[in-house]
Amino acid sequence: MLVTILDIVIAGLLLGGLYALIAMGLSLQYGVARVLNISHGEFIMLGGLTTWTITKSLGINPFVSLVICGPVAFILGYIIHQTLFKRLYSISASPSVFESSSMLASFGLMFIIQNIALLAWGPEIRGYSYLAFPVHIAGTLFGANRLVTTGFAIVIGVGFYLFLARTRTGKAVRAAAQDPTTAGLMGVNINRVLALCFGLGAAMAGIAGMLISMCYPVHAVMGMPYTIIAIVVVALGGMGSIPGSFIGGFALGLIGSIVTHFEPGLALVAYYLIFILLLLLKPTGIMGK
Amino acid sequence: MNWSKLELRKARTPGVLLIFLILLATLTLYASPYTVIFVTSIFMYIILTVSWVIFSGPTGYISFAPAAFFGVGIYTSAILGTELPLPIVILTGGVISFILALFVGALTLRLKGVYFTIFTLGLVELSKHLLLWYEIKFTGTRGRFVVLVDNTTIYYILFIILVLLLLTSYLIRRSKYGLALRSIGESEEASAHTGVNVNLLKTFTFALSAVFMGATGAIMATRWTYVDPYIAFNLQYSFMPVLMSIFGGMGQLYGPVLGAVIFTMLEEKLITEFPYYYMLTIGLILLIVIIYLPDGLVGLIQKWQNRSPEKQHVTP
Repeated sequence: MLVTILDIVIAGLLLGGLYALIAMGLSLQYGVARVLNISHGEFIMLGGLTTWTITKSLGINPFVSLVICGPVAFILGYIIHQTLFKRLYSISASPSVFESSSMLASFGLMFIIQNIALLAWGPEIRGYSYLAFPVHIAGTLFGANRLVTTGFAIVIGVGFYLFLARTRTGKAVRAAAQDPTTAGLMGVNINRVLALCFGLGAAMAGIAGMLISMCYPVHAVMGMPYTIIAIVVVALGGMGSIPGSFIGGFALGLIGSIVTHFEPGLALVAYYLIFILLLLLKPTGIMGK
Repeated sequence: MNWSKLELRKARTPGVLLIFLILLATLTLYASPYTVIFVTSIFMYIILTVSWVIFSGPTGYISFAPAAFFGVGIYTSAILGTELPLPIVILTGGVISFILALFVGALTLRLKGVYFTIFTLGLVELSKHLLLWYEIKFTGTRGRFVVLVDNTTIYYILFIILVLLLLTSYLIRRSKYGLALRSIGESEEASAHTGVNVNLLKTFTFALSAVFMGATGAIMATRWTYVDPYIAFNLQYSFMPVLMSIFGGMGQLYGPVLGAVIFTMLEEKLITEFPYYYMLTIGLILLIVIIYLPDGLVGLIQKWQNRSPEKQHVTP
């Protein structure tokens, strides 16, 4: 009995770490740059498929793709913000108009990125085996790759939290999240900071994609479910809060693991139900103001 | 002199419309079966798009719920289709969607902006996965077979739904309810202060738009013969109406119709041969329209009309 409970909890935490990493990027994009990025999952997909290509064709360690996925996704995100969203921001009459139109634009981006990937990689489901040997924890077996993934997500989360809390740029990001106009008046280069946040969000998605490809098969249309999970976690943890993303991620991972234990078909139903109830009862999230 | 010209112009639009309606009403007599099926698809997208615009156009609430109501209609048809006559099945599809939308609307329309949008996205996914779980757990199969109906009947039923919808949409636009809806879109608080019952109006309009989606789902299901939750609650049916309305422009009634017709034709030509390029183009068009044509094709046409001097004295 105790072993079963431990089993469920550990499985939930392993899943939760991944969810937290996915959500952190979206939380940054929505919390600071005010873009509810529907194409978030597509950056995850790009990271996953790039890693697959590198691992399969060159036969090297998937972690090597970290130096490609992260920076490339960052540059891509940065450029997209500087060209598309910056322009939308300047033509939008109010912040709420910008939120709607940027969401719709990101939805257009989703179509573009997804279909470029379909042209490049085709619709096949791809997978490879990496660190798939089992590890004993508390009497049950877990894949080593799952442990590595969760550990990595936590390292990135802590590193990013320190960046926001301790560095000068981090301070500028936090200022921009609170009030972009005033932050601009205080000498923060607001366009650069927003683009930076969008780029960092994309980079996190790319890295998450790399980690996902180590545990699960990847394919060109995998993005949407991850986007929705990220939105649910962000809604759970509160927009723009890094600790919130982790609490939300682990909470959702645990819920998923518990529900899967009793009724495997209902895990996704449970996610959406929680999400819907949460939006109705406390739309600002657990850590939200 | 001048007024008779004006009268003529006023009479021209309904006249053209009438000829167009007669042509469509008799389409099955002279057109090939392929054309009838193709026009049926166009009708389906026009209905989804125009009914989406009834609510989301004036209020500015972007809803991704059409797939949920459409799916409810499809499953109404799949479950009741063998037991009840077709018109009652279609009516039931509309009524169930109406009730669902009333319930959902009353719960959620106080959510603002993107929160409402992601809620509706969640609603579609929740319905899909709940139904999938139910089907596998209790019926043991994933999909269902739907009673077959011949293409001519499907065509005429959709035609009737479309005419009713266009009439409803036209009347709403002209009435004080349309005005009240637009005032909600401008500012909810100001609207409430001028005596508009904001919540009631939003909820009712949301539900009204769902009726047409549900009824359309109920009749379209008969064309597919086999449905499963992934087919019925496909987010495509939420995305396309949004895209078509934005592309066509929501300022005038003909905007969403134009958007739906153009995209359905594009889809018909391109989707079988170049599916990825088609979807890629859709994404690009969406971005271009959002940035350069915020009022869609309607905005473009109006700009062009205002430029020609002959029209200038007609526009008030």
